[in-house]
Amino acid sequence: MADSRQDTALAGDLHWYDLPDDEAQADGAHDGTAAGEARAGERGGAAGGSRAGKRHGSAVGGRIRRAAVNSTAILLLLAAWETLPMLGVVDRVFVPPLSDDLVAWYDLLISGELPEHLQASLARSLAGFGLAILLTIPLGLLIGWYRPVADFLTPLLELFRNTSAVALLPVFTLILGIGETTKITFVLYACSWPILLNTISGVRTVEPLLIKSARSMGLGPFRLFQKVILPAAVPTIFTGVRLAGAYSILVLLFAEMVGAKAGLGYLILDTQSSFRIPDMYAGIITISVLGLLFNLLLVAVERRFSTWRTT
Amino acid sequence: MSKIGIRSVTKTFQVRDSGEPPFTALSGVDLEVREGEFLTLVGPSGCGKSTLLDLVAGLTHPTAGEILIDGAPVTGPGLDRGIVFQQYALFPWRTAQANVEFGLEAKAVPRKERAHRARDHLALVGLSGFEDRYPHELSGGMRQRVAIARSLAFDPDVLLMDEPFAALDAQTRESLQEELVRVWQHTGKTVVFITHGIDEAVYLGQRIAVMTSRPGRIKEVVEVAFDSREGDLRADPVFGEYRHHVWKLLRDEVAAAQIQERTVVTSHG
Repeated sequence: MADSRQDTALAGDLHWYDLPDDEAQADGAHDGTAAGEARAGERGGAAGGSRAGKRHGSAVGGRIRRAAVNSTAILLLLAAWETLPMLGVVDRVFVPPLSDDLVAWYDLLISGELPEHLQASLARSLAGFGLAILLTIPLGLLIGWYRPVADFLTPLLELFRNTSAVALLPVFTLILGIGETTKITFVLYACSWPILLNTISGVRTVEPLLIKSARSMGLGPFRLFQKVILPAAVPTIFTGVRLAGAYSILVLLFAEMVGAKAGLGYLILDTQSSFRIPDMYAGIITISVLGLLFNLLLVAVERRFSTWRTT
Repeated sequence: MSKIGIRSVTKTFQVRDSGEPPFTALSGVDLEVREGEFLTLVGPSGCGKSTLLDLVAGLTHPTAGEILIDGAPVTGPGLDRGIVFQQYALFPWRTAQANVEFGLEAKAVPRKERAHRARDHLALVGLSGFEDRYPHELSGGMRQRVAIARSLAFDPDVLLMDEPFAALDAQTRESLQEELVRVWQHTGKTVVFITHGIDEAVYLGQRIAVMTSRPGRIKEVVEVAFDSREGDLRADPVFGEYRHHVWKLLRDEVAAAQIQERTVVTSHG
């Protein structure tokens, strides 16, 4: 289960609680303790207030600086994409300049071709992803809660997780045909493992002292689950959900390239084979922006549910 | 009268997956805790202090002997006893206020009264104005205050404290000790306070129960009587006498515990 935690540290997934500002703030709180607890009430209050003020001030400046740092590499890539084909360093037939691709993208958008493919892809992704959430979170909670069941099933689940969904696509196709059911099932399969394993791990790794503390206040198993286990597991579950969100788009593309008449994967492969190269890049740009936006949305939701998690 | 009765309590643990004889943590512990008294419990590390507290809390059951609260045997955890742990054990997703309300929810106190009582108890430990802070926004000393407020809020008769100030720095610890004495005088709870600090035991306790090294028993119960608790109690020569007496009682036990640890290390390593 250790690697499922590692997944949380994917590049680009900086969280506010990973940032140096907050560590400095935590240190400040400790200094406050060392400097004398006697007047912790007033002192802590004043210090807390000024800290919050400073944090707000530096947050704006920091955000601009961070945005600049974050976007520099991307801007460089886009510039290279535009200029290198123009200068003839790369073949502009295979890699047209960015501006050509953007024009193609705009034409596809206006003609309605792009929205149609986008809609097909989104419907499949969201259906598979949504079903995975609905089915595997309750399942994971159950498995995690009954320790013997978890011990029994974990090796099997690890095996399935490490069996690429792509390897099983032919099996899905054999059983379910080449229609929508196959693609949604395919996405469902790929999304299920990160959610399921993170949910199980979230339930199982609740700080034992919290359970002991709640038990000492006379909570029975049901209340314990509802008031301690579940809230403690939420951040870990959300990490799984966010990973699944990324998978839902990644794997769908593959399914659409193998057997489909619509969808962004189909668009990309179809335009390539009919040599509409700028259109192909338009499809690729769409998919990467879509993936990025989806991830940002999920990160925002995750953050909302885990404000208290500081480590 | 006796609030907590610990009668020849023995606790053994089966070491998992080994043919070794069971591990004896406590052996024939006898201790009476009076209604409303502040009793400190000292002993070398590994002598089973925390096990004894878990037993009184009802989190585990004695292998032999019995534990009585008001004359009735303990059958499980209950809100007549509150525990404060060394590591605070606050729920990180709840604010200070909501943490204090936790025990009140377990007791099914109506919502309005919960909020009211939580605020009162946070004020009692000097945390007015910090109701909406999350634990990670509070210092260690403040977190422990929240934990104390949480245990007091559901109004238990007995407060069980397991080295609650051990993780704090010296100054914070001293000020919390003073506050604890004040809160205890104000509320009249029966307090059992585990510590490995002799000074802390002498400063806080009306009586000090000194435990032997493992398997833990009560070696001696020392009555502590100061003429007055005003001023710098630790500078009082009487304080030094008590301190030295407890130190002598503990010295042999600590030495014994160290030998035990070494033999465990050599036999396992």
